[in-house]
Amino acid sequence: MPTEVKVMDAHEMRRALTRIAHEILERNKGAENLVLVGILRRGAPLAHRLSRLIEQIEGTAVPVGELDIALYRDDYRTHAVSDIGATHIPVDITDKKVVLVDEVIYTGRTVRAAITALMDLGRPACVQLAVLIDRGHRELPIRPDYVGKNLPTARQEFVEVKLEELHGEDSVCIRKPDEER
Amino acid sequence: MLTDLISLRETEPTDIRRLLDTAQSFKEVLERPVKKVPTLRGKQVVTLFYEASTRTRVSFENAAKIMSADTTSVAAASSSVQKGESLLDTVRNLRAMRIDCLVMRHPQSGAAHLVAQALDIPVVNAGDGMHEHPTQALLDMLTIRQHKGRLEGLTVAIVGDITHSRVARSNLWGLSKMGAKVRFVAPATLLPRDVHRLPVEVYTDLRKGMEGADVVMALRLQQERMERGLLPSLREYSQRWGVNTKALEVTKPDCIVMHPGPMNRGVEISDDVADSGRSVILEQVTNGVAIRMAVLYHLLGGEAAG
Amino acid sequence: MRTIFRNAHVCDPSQGIDKRADVVVDEGKVLAITEHSTPYDVGSCEVIDCSGLVLTPGLVDLHVHLREPGYEYKEDVQSGTAAAVAGGFSAVCCMPNTDPPLDEPSVIRGLLKRVEEVGVARVYPVAAITKGLQPEGLSEMAALKEAGAVAVTDDAYPLQSAEVLRRGMEYAAQLGLTVMTHCEDKSLTRDGCMNEGFAATVMGLRGMPSVAEEVQVARNCLMSLYTGCRLHILHVSTAGAVRIIRWAKEKGAPVTAETCPHYFALTDEACMGYNTNAKMNPPLRTQEDCDAIIEGLLDGTIDAIATDHAPHATHEKAQEFALAPFGIVGLETAFAVSYTELVSTGKMSLSQLVDRMSCQPAKVLALPGGTLQPGSPADIALFDLHRGWTVRAGEFRSKSRNTPFEGWELQGKPVLTMVGGRVVYRHGM
Repeated sequence: MPTEVKVMDAHEMRRALTRIAHEILERNKGAENLVLVGILRRGAPLAHRLSRLIEQIEGTAVPVGELDIALYRDDYRTHAVSDIGATHIPVDITDKKVVLVDEVIYTGRTVRAAITALMDLGRPACVQLAVLIDRGHRELPIRPDYVGKNLPTARQEFVEVKLEELHGEDSVCIRKPDEER
Repeated sequence: MLTDLISLRETEPTDIRRLLDTAQSFKEVLERPVKKVPTLRGKQVVTLFYEASTRTRVSFENAAKIMSADTTSVAAASSSVQKGESLLDTVRNLRAMRIDCLVMRHPQSGAAHLVAQALDIPVVNAGDGMHEHPTQALLDMLTIRQHKGRLEGLTVAIVGDITHSRVARSNLWGLSKMGAKVRFVAPATLLPRDVHRLPVEVYTDLRKGMEGADVVMALRLQQERMERGLLPSLREYSQRWGVNTKALEVTKPDCIVMHPGPMNRGVEISDDVADSGRSVILEQVTNGVAIRMAVLYHLLGGEAAG
Repeated sequence: MRTIFRNAHVCDPSQGIDKRADVVVDEGKVLAITEHSTPYDVGSCEVIDCSGLVLTPGLVDLHVHLREPGYEYKEDVQSGTAAAVAGGFSAVCCMPNTDPPLDEPSVIRGLLKRVEEVGVARVYPVAAITKGLQPEGLSEMAALKEAGAVAVTDDAYPLQSAEVLRRGMEYAAQLGLTVMTHCEDKSLTRDGCMNEGFAATVMGLRGMPSVAEEVQVARNCLMSLYTGCRLHILHVSTAGAVRIIRWAKEKGAPVTAETCPHYFALTDEACMGYNTNAKMNPPLRTQEDCDAIIEGLLDGTIDAIATDHAPHATHEKAQEFALAPFGIVGLETAFAVSYTELVSTGKMSLSQLVDRMSCQPAKVLALPGGTLQPGSPADIALFDLHRGWTVRAGEFRSKSRNTPFEGWELQGKPVLTMVGGRVVYRHGM
């Protein structure tokens, strides 16, 4: 029997993001000088959602950028990505407080690549990290500032985040590897 | 999975589409103040050119450098040929220096194919004789797609010395695979044998060939064609087959004009057309860097890089 | 010593023999073809059981490049004749484009001396029609004939001047020499490296149009009619050439013609992928040409199948297509390719094939061989037609490996070749 366990539904996801929006505002004492940058692909819709939530809370729109890290990956040699997006950040990030947004943090390598990519685009005042899921197993000294849910997992498990904008539903599932192989 | 890029005839449509999409994404990098990404750090890319070319070589080297590869430019210019070293020996020596990718241009058709068979690293054909020039066609297709939003269903008229043109051949295969209709327009002496068996409409009359075209691509005419008796004179050629404002009257109103360069102004393309709003010739050059980044990215990544 | 080939399927079109029989060889000559060889089995006598095998007169190849003197790294008399007998050939005519070329009696004599020393097949030198195979200046044909030349040719250096051809033919005719010509109008093939057609267009290679061959076939046939000189057209490759030769023969011109197995077994598609082992001159043509050539072989317009065996070293072929030399080896595949393509497919009978590969070529230059008539030299080939085999260039006796048939599954294997009563080749016998 293949096992797929749903660990977050649409309501829970909305509540988690709302909490993160509040935490971002609290930590940064408002929305001023903030830029949200979603890591393509799943981080981008989350960044847009956080921006809308912040606007609802604070009444101020926060600019949202999208960051493609294909050119910065350290596993590029074995995993050349064929589905490559374009980086688009509507403002100069220099001296801005940048919040990187991604769906899952795991080894930390994606975030490492994203930070490098970001630094090539300007010199932010600071970079913070918001993730929907922290599944552990870090391989680099990187720690998220905002976490929707801490999710203990085994390495061979797979965490799948589905988003309304991309997949038609909001959910997070853990899948065991048996059914994969 | 691409392992080399030798010809578009032998490239899958899905790979062509992927290269175009990737290049479109990479264009953003070209607009940055600091044009540098670390992707190919530590990779050795060698450009081996047996024919003079500024544009293509610089374009490849820029693409490689933007992606942090180290580039070495070998202008073979037949010097090793004079020393009696064979092409295969030359490239095997380069490979023995542990290079990771070879970009080559050669006056002989099939040279890149020969080298790709002998080497276990990606080989990119930057033009081989009269055979193909795949990255030129890819950048042409990218430019067309940026202007027209699609390739499917477009009519592209390629005008000029078809027989000797690797650009025409690569564009024919690439465009037809992407669903565009390709026309060859040329004097009979510059059309190759059995050209009608290619997926192409063939015209000797410029006006008929350009009628309703979405894109017109003028090819460079070499002086040598006159010397070999294939054409009577430059004057007659430019009058009959030169792309000028008058000739463009029969195309679609939003028809764009392309040229792979370097141009012979006043021969295959008139000054006013080359400098007009319809001309996208300089955009082609910019897109060339993005295309070559995409090609290097896909060839040097994944399992193929070993 | 006496040899008896017992219980063979004897196929000798020169005598209209196509039946089960024994062949008795004695003193280097054919003694008898008989159904009852027992009376001959006396004294020291080797009896070779030929059950299930076909016995023919040794094959005769009108067109071979032995490369000696000068290009021994490609082939030499020893390796070339070894390859010949491995292919069932007991005699080969060798072409003069050597270094020095076969344009001097001394070179011919030197070559024949080497044949005596190391050759295992009969070798008939064909001399250059002009000094140094240059565009003009006739060679000393009388002296060359005396030295052993059986014909003269412009092979590899087709005469562009009709005047030179005319004088060469007139001069050869008085000596009874046949002129063998390579037909190619160089002004039309300039820089070409394969057939001008779809494949060349796709690969961006400069073409050699079929008309370049045909205009010279026509010119040379007309010149044969005009001078009365015997003309042999080398390596016919186009449908148009077949038609012109047919016309010339109807007009009574003393013209013969040969083709090669690759001109009916392969088309220019074989060059795709820049396969230099499919590059030769004249080039591989189209399917229509192949069909016309087979038709020409069937109706006798084309007299002979030759190989144009043209060895080249591997490094010479491992080049850019246009730079690689023209030519392919053929001695060790010719019979099997022809048998597979023509006889196995039912297009031609076995005796027709033997006629085209043995009897007719001998006739073209009036060479000994090509027959098993009692009293003729015991030049004999034995084939196992039931044996399928795979072409592996690495196993060739030839020094060179440049075959387009690598990996082909063929039918019909030469298993024994005898030259002048001496067994010079055995394979699994």
